[in-house]
Amino acid sequence: MPFTAAEIDALRLSFGVAARSVLFSLPFATLIAWLLVRGRFRGRFVLDALVHLPLVLPPVVVGYLLLVLFGRRGAIGGWLYDSFGIQLAFTTAGAALATAVMSFPLMVRAMRLSLEAVDQGLEDAARTLGAGPIDRFVSITLPLMLPGILAGGVTAFAASLGEFGAVITFVSNIPGETRTLPLALYTAIQTPGGDAAAARIAGLSLALGFTGLAVSEWLARRVRRTLGQA
Amino acid sequence: MIHVDVALRRGDFTLDARFETPEAGVVALFGRSGCGKTTLVNLISGLLRPDRGRIEIGGETLLDTASARCLAPEERHVGYVFQDARLFPHLSVAENLDYGLRRSRGRAHVIAYDDVIALLALGPLLDRRPYSLSGGERQRVALGRALLAQPRLLLLDEPLASLDAARREEVLPFLEALRLRLVLPMIYVSHAFDEVLRLATHLVVLEAGQVVAQGPLTEVSCDPALTAIVGPAAVGAVLDAQVLDSDAATGLTRVRVGRSGELRLRAAQVSAGARVRVQVLARDVILSDRAPEGLSVRNALRGHIVSIEPQGDEACRTLVDLDGAQVVAHVTRDAVAALRLQPGAEVWALVKAVSLRSHSFPPG
Repeated sequence: MPFTAAEIDALRLSFGVAARSVLFSLPFATLIAWLLVRGRFRGRFVLDALVHLPLVLPPVVVGYLLLVLFGRRGAIGGWLYDSFGIQLAFTTAGAALATAVMSFPLMVRAMRLSLEAVDQGLEDAARTLGAGPIDRFVSITLPLMLPGILAGGVTAFAASLGEFGAVITFVSNIPGETRTLPLALYTAIQTPGGDAAAARIAGLSLALGFTGLAVSEWLARRVRRTLGQA
Repeated sequence: MIHVDVALRRGDFTLDARFETPEAGVVALFGRSGCGKTTLVNLISGLLRPDRGRIEIGGETLLDTASARCLAPEERHVGYVFQDARLFPHLSVAENLDYGLRRSRGRAHVIAYDDVIALLALGPLLDRRPYSLSGGERQRVALGRALLAQPRLLLLDEPLASLDAARREEVLPFLEALRLRLVLPMIYVSHAFDEVLRLATHLVVLEAGQVVAQGPLTEVSCDPALTAIVGPAAVGAVLDAQVLDSDAATGLTRVRVGRSGELRLRAAQVSAGARVRVQVLARDVILSDRAPEGLSVRNALRGHIVSIEPQGDEACRTLVDLDGAQVVAHVTRDAVAALRLQPGAEVWALVKAVSLRSHSFPPG
């Protein structure tokens, strides 16, 4: 079935936004997951709640809060624009930020589960073999939580492709700039005679979803096999 | 010297242990489950910090709470073989072995890679992954990994406890070889006395977080504190002996114990001059107040009674010195009275050749 140039654009944009969102979130999510599992500090509960907030808040609220904070006159957005000339509201970068915030809890959850499964005894063994804290994290902890990092990355990527509410609220629905697949689908539905286009985009989203799940499962199996858990 | 003096309180468990052993040889840390053995080795490795204490190995202080000195485990160079091997599952056997070796750069390498591979027969395993190894193979790799990190002390926390009897027999010879081939102090935690017998030169007995006996194994083996742990049936003197000769016709081997004592026992494949270790169980020793005649028993050694202590309601533990070799005998109170046994009295200790157990124990 032939896709229009606008639809291909939306697809390409969705991938770009999701990729940026995942790459940007990965290091932070790893750090937060580590803090939540291994950290011994006051306020861990607050951090936990804060990270999970996007899961329970209406996406529109998240979009609105982003607009307040990162808009041109927002506390952070104003400073970013004045100091570096970076504008987030109504841009592709802003779309990536919105999807990153929305998919962040999914990523942290997956990493957290796999980090909790990492035997701290192995880290102790590494200590007695002369490995310092950073060395241990890089050589033992990180490779062992790789299944979680992969799972988190793939889940977050899939969720980022489909994020709607926060994106449309924060960066609006600008063709070629912020109109990702779900926004294109929404536009098609709103347009008289757009039924065929809507069906095509919905089918495309479905196919992407399946592919994502298959890739994630394949990766997980491969990693499990190397670790001997299969 | 290895000097350990640590105290730690965790909930209602209190560990307050102090012991000192020479660096040469294998120190067995022996005691029942839950007496604090693993806690003690964790303190020595640095994985746990004591409330108070001092740990010194060969003149270097690893920990001294009085001067707020506490080296991190990664700075202590104390090898640790865990009960559950703890091989890194994402690395091959070769990479596991390299892990500590690579991190020991810049320090004197006294334990050579090829020696470790040969000693532990690791060659065929190098390309394997930990999950494909048997329990015994895992422990051998864990041993090799710890050794290649060039430790100055090796801690072994019940490395055989998770293995079945057949696998234990598979790994024990490797441990015996390590003791003979490497100049490396080892602390071997165990609650199985037969392992201690085969490996240890020194013994530290731990009971409820306290050291209740310590010293060379042959001395501590007669200590009453040990009886409480291994039980009266398994208690017995451990004697270092030298083979005099073997008689193929009778199948008996004569060994020298103490200065002049001789024991006959069944021993497999030992040559004259070889060092063996003999365990004389206290319940197998018969005491006589005169030289025995007309008995089938092959061993009758003259000595004198050192001490007699009541044990339970009807038995006594009697310590007998046989010209430099001490054995314990469990005899009834009735017998003590009938034979008028008392410290200083001359006695003959009788042991059947078939009840003596021995194994080769060359000096390290």
